[in-house]
Formats: sequence, structure tokens, C-alpha cells
Amino acid sequence: MAQSNAEEQLFQQYLSSVQKEKKHVLIWQLLILISFVFFWEIASRFYWIDPLLFSSPSTIYQVIVDKMQDGSLLAHMQVTLLETVAGFLIGTIVGVFLAISLWFSKRLSNILDPYLVILNAMPKVALGPIIIVALGPGYVSIIAMGAIISVIITTLVVYSAFNEVDPNYAKVLQSFGATKRQVFQHAVFPATLPTIISTLKVNVGLSWVGVIVGEFLVSKQGLGYLIIYGFQVFDFSLVMMSLVLIAIFAAIMYKLVEKIESWLIK
Amino acid sequence: MTLLTLENITHYYFSKQGATKSLKDISISIQEGEFISLLGPSGCGKSTILSIMAGIIQPTEGNVSLKEKAIQSPSSEIGYMLQQDYLFPWKNILDNILLGPKINQTATNKIKEKGMELLQEVGIEHVATAYPDALSGGMRQRAALVRTLINDPMILLFDEPFSALDYQTKLKLEDLVAILLKTYRKTTVLVTHDIGEAIAMSDRIFVMNTNPGTISKVFDVPIELRNEQPFLARRHPKYQLLFDKVWDELDNRKNVAFLGGGK
Repeated sequence: MAQSNAEEQLFQQYLSSVQKEKKHVLIWQLLILISFVFFWEIASRFYWIDPLLFSSPSTIYQVIVDKMQDGSLLAHMQVTLLETVAGFLIGTIVGVFLAISLWFSKRLSNILDPYLVILNAMPKVALGPIIIVALGPGYVSIIAMGAIISVIITTLVVYSAFNEVDPNYAKVLQSFGATKRQVFQHAVFPATLPTIISTLKVNVGLSWVGVIVGEFLVSKQGLGYLIIYGFQVFDFSLVMMSLVLIAIFAAIMYKLVEKIESWLIK
Repeated sequence: MTLLTLENITHYYFSKQGATKSLKDISISIQEGEFISLLGPSGCGKSTILSIMAGIIQPTEGNVSLKEKAIQSPSSEIGYMLQQDYLFPWKNILDNILLGPKINQTATNKIKEKGMELLQEVGIEHVATAYPDALSGGMRQRAALVRTLINDPMILLFDEPFSALDYQTKLKLEDLVAILLKTYRKTTVLVTHDIGEAIAMSDRIFVMNTNPGTISKVFDVPIELRNEQPFLARRHPKYQLLFDKVWDELDNRKNVAFLGGGK
């Protein structure tokens, strides 16, 4: 009994040391954030940096409150969020679907290989003007930008993951007389699910790039539009506010995907 | 009655470097209920023969037939067990062993009960809902065995199923497999490079030559050894006798090849 008591005590000690470490990390994280905001504010107040260019936390806060009250900010946020989520979903789904088609047809994959390489190497935002001409200067173009930026890389990463699945799993299924579709369903897809999920994480970031650039180019609404507008009228508080909001939303989306990941891969 | 026949099988592998003859003129016929072993060094094409028997590979030349019907594609009449268990890590043990019935859309509650019975028979029914990661190598191989047996195949093909296990587990599993095969009256082909395993388990041993793979000699295992459990057969006086003969067969050939006369 004394033995197990000692063990229990050691275990508790271990737990509390883990907790302590967690607390330390959190304190440092908060400290960095608070001192950053604090020094930004001080530097701006004392004109160490030009408040016209770099704004200050208090002004940004004021802008957010004002814009919230007249309701315009909500609309901008909504537009950008919707575009990003749509671009992200379309890019990922189309990319995975393309990868599946390539897996089913080795010949198709061989034929398309050079085109995929070129499309992947090409900076997708360079296609912006053409997309806008083709799809019109509206949210459709912006969603397309958000999607196109992630679709090819998704295809390539997921397809190569499909190919890396141990062929012996397929052999086991084939020995039961499984069709290619059944091999995909029972072996290839579940084995690559972790890779697919991790491309989701990358795609969240990529879709934001596509959508913000798209908004720079055409839109009349959205956070990307606010950045460009603020830049043109020299209202850098507006620019900074949009940046802060984008950072927050992008982080939330990333965390959501992480939650989905831990839920799918138990 | 002859169950499985291989007639004059020759097989080539093709790569960018050229064609490699991996099997030459292989003829084997296996009687119902028989246990045969293919014994040879690695690279002699014994696993290729197994893949051909399973219908996964089509031979370049020659015929394979099961009950006088040509084998053209894999089916659940042939149970194929690989060197490693290849249990699917994202499925629990019960789902793993029900894979075959699921593929063939014959998974019913009755099959599920049969699966549980088989798990019980190999002594791992308590881990039916566990995932493969939680099992030891021996348990995993037992589960893989059940996954093969549940389809009730006419013939079982084992590709070095015990080679990845530690020695004790391997001996225990040999006995278990021998008992199971006897109860279910299964015809079996075992591929191995372990002379002792071949002698302890089989009725006939096909010793293979390499480059290209051919059958150099067939040994009949004496009835005394066949009637014993593999573990006990290893202690039988006739075991060592046969072991030496097979050893010589494998060893001589190596010397000939070494002297340059192998081709």
C-alpha cells in the first residue's frame, strides 16, 4: 500500500509539473502580446513612430467600435469570410476529386503530369486579371481566386499520398476479389485521410491569400477592399484594423480545421 | 482428387532494364487436403508462384487451374496470407476479419458470429473490438489467419506467415495452424525459406532453384512426421534425416552455382 501511495505521489508530482510548464508558456505568450500592444500604443503616443502610418491599438479599437455601430464592418467581414470558406471548400474538394481521378487512371495521370507541374509552378495570383475578365468583377471571381490557389497543390499532395499507400493493403483486398473502387474505399482513402486533413490546414492559409488578392483587384466590399481603400485614402487605421481582423479569422479557421482533424483521426 | 494444377508455368518480369525470367517450366499439382511447401532461398520466385496461384499475377506462359477451372482473377475460393499481417490499422479486429465478406457483400450476422467463433478458436476473442496497434505480433498474425479462414477458401496460400515472429510464437502458431487446417480440412501451400518449418508442417516439399526459378527436387515427408504436431515432429528421429537431405539439396546447388556450373 505504501508502494502505491508513493507511486500516486510521484504521478501527482508529474501532473503538476506538466501543468506548471503549461502555465509558464501561457504567461509568456500573454506577456508578449500585452507588451507588443503596450509598446505600440506608447510608441505611437510619443511619436516614436508616425501614428498616421502605423496607427495605434486605441485608434484601431475606436475604428472597430465605430464601424461596428454603423453596421458596415459586419458586412465586410461577412463577405470576406464567405468568400474564403467557399474558396477553401471548392479548392480542397476539387483538388481531392482530381487526385482521385488521377489515381483511378494511371494513363490520365501520365498525360496530365506536365500540365500539373506547370500549373503548380505558376503563381496563381498572376491569373487574377484573366479570372476577373472571364467571370466578371464580383464575388464569383474572388471565390475562384481563393479556390484556384489551392486546387493544384491539393491534387499533387493528395495524389502522391495515394501512391505511397503500402500496395500490400491493396493486395490483401484483391485476394478477396475486390474491385478498384473497393480498394480505394477500404484501403487507399482511409490510409491517406491524415494527409488530406493536413492539406486542409495549408489550404486555409492559401485561400486567404487568394481572396485578399482578389479583393485588392476588384471588389467593393470585404476586408481586402478595406485595406486597399484605406491605403488609397491614407487611412492606415483602417488598414491595420483589417489586418488584425484577418489574422484573427484566419487563426480561428485554422483552429477549426485542427478540431476537425482531431475528431476524424482518433 | 487434384485441386490445384500448375502446368508449365514460365513467367517474366519486365522493367526498363529488360525482361527477367523469374520462373521456368513450373508444374505442380496439389491434391485435396494436402499441405505442400515451396522451399528456397529468397529471390527464387516462390512468392511469384503464390501470386500466380492466387490469380493476382497472370503467368506469361502456362496454365493454372482450380478444380479444372482456369484461374483468371482473385476470388474468395483462394485464401492468400501475406508475410506480414497487413491488418488495417483504422479498422478494429472484428472489422478487419470481416473485410472479405464485406467485399463480397456476404457480411451477415451469421458471418459475424462465425468470425467471433474463429477468433475464439485462435484464442483472441477478447480483442475483437481492439485496434491492431494494441496487439502483439502473434495475435495480429492470428487475426490475419481468421481474416483468411472466414471466407472458407478451398485452398490456403501462406507467404512466409511466421517469418516475422519470434521463435516461440512461431512454434506455437505452427501448431495452432496445423490443428486448424486439420479440423477444416484445408488444402495449403506454404512458401518458406525455413527447412524445419517445411518439414514439420507439410506432406510434400518442393525445393526450388534460383535464376530462373525452377523446381529442383520434390521430397515426400514420411508419414510418421505428417501425423505429428509440428512441435513434436521437430523432435522425431526422422526429422533430422530429412532435414539433412533437404539441406544437402540446397547446399549442393549453391556449390555448383559457385563453381560457375549453375547455369
